[in-house]
Amino acid sequence: MDIRVQDGRFDVGAELNAFTERQTKAGAVVSFTGIVRDTDGGLRHMEIEHYPGMTESALSDIAGQAMQRWALTDALVIHRFGRLAPSETIMMVATASAHRADAFAAADFLMDYLKSRAPFWKKEVTAEGSDWVAAKDSDEDALSRWR
Amino acid sequence: MRVMYFAWVRERIGLPREDVQTQAATVADLVAELCAREERYAAAFADTSALRVAVDQKLTDFDAPLAGVQEVAFFPPMTGG
Repeated sequence: MDIRVQDGRFDVGAELNAFTERQTKAGAVVSFTGIVRDTDGGLRHMEIEHYPGMTESALSDIAGQAMQRWALTDALVIHRFGRLAPSETIMMVATASAHRADAFAAADFLMDYLKSRAPFWKKEVTAEGSDWVAAKDSDEDALSRWR
Repeated sequence: MRVMYFAWVRERIGLPREDVQTQAATVADLVAELCAREERYAAAFADTSALRVAVDQKLTDFDAPLAGVQEVAFFPPMTGG
């Protein structure tokens, strides 16, 4: 299990290749990459705040739950904070398992939990000013399917 | 005890953290004490259903006891990913 919280950029391709090469017992690797979306074309940048200390422990806890619940051989989570431009990579998760069903389900679970249980907050900065991104009810509803 | 604020809660209160001397028994009691201090706290805590709380870096609720606790953090619902 590899959990990283950082302000610097990272190379998704290189990280995924390195993660894949580390797997000796897996037959499947699934990954998800989150990038800064500029829906209306007016986004200057995004600022991501987090809670140092709690962020790492929350991510480790969520990844640990995924490892217990599915037959994963490994999991990777990298999440950035600080200032990010449109289309920059915010975060990635990768999961590895013997067969693909576990890796897909675990990656889906990780994303659902990470969105509303890891202490990150996004702020969008446009020419008009800045606004905190509001959590959606659907984010919370998404967790109910894992209970 | 160390009290921390994140995102718009931090902006509304105007500081990221502070040390608070309190005998508050629960998170809700601490919130009531803070709100009584100054309007900016009352504004930030006006609707606690819109807030989340962590005690010693674990998510909990406003009924959580504070005995022996070192750190309490208040923030809006999280928006990671």
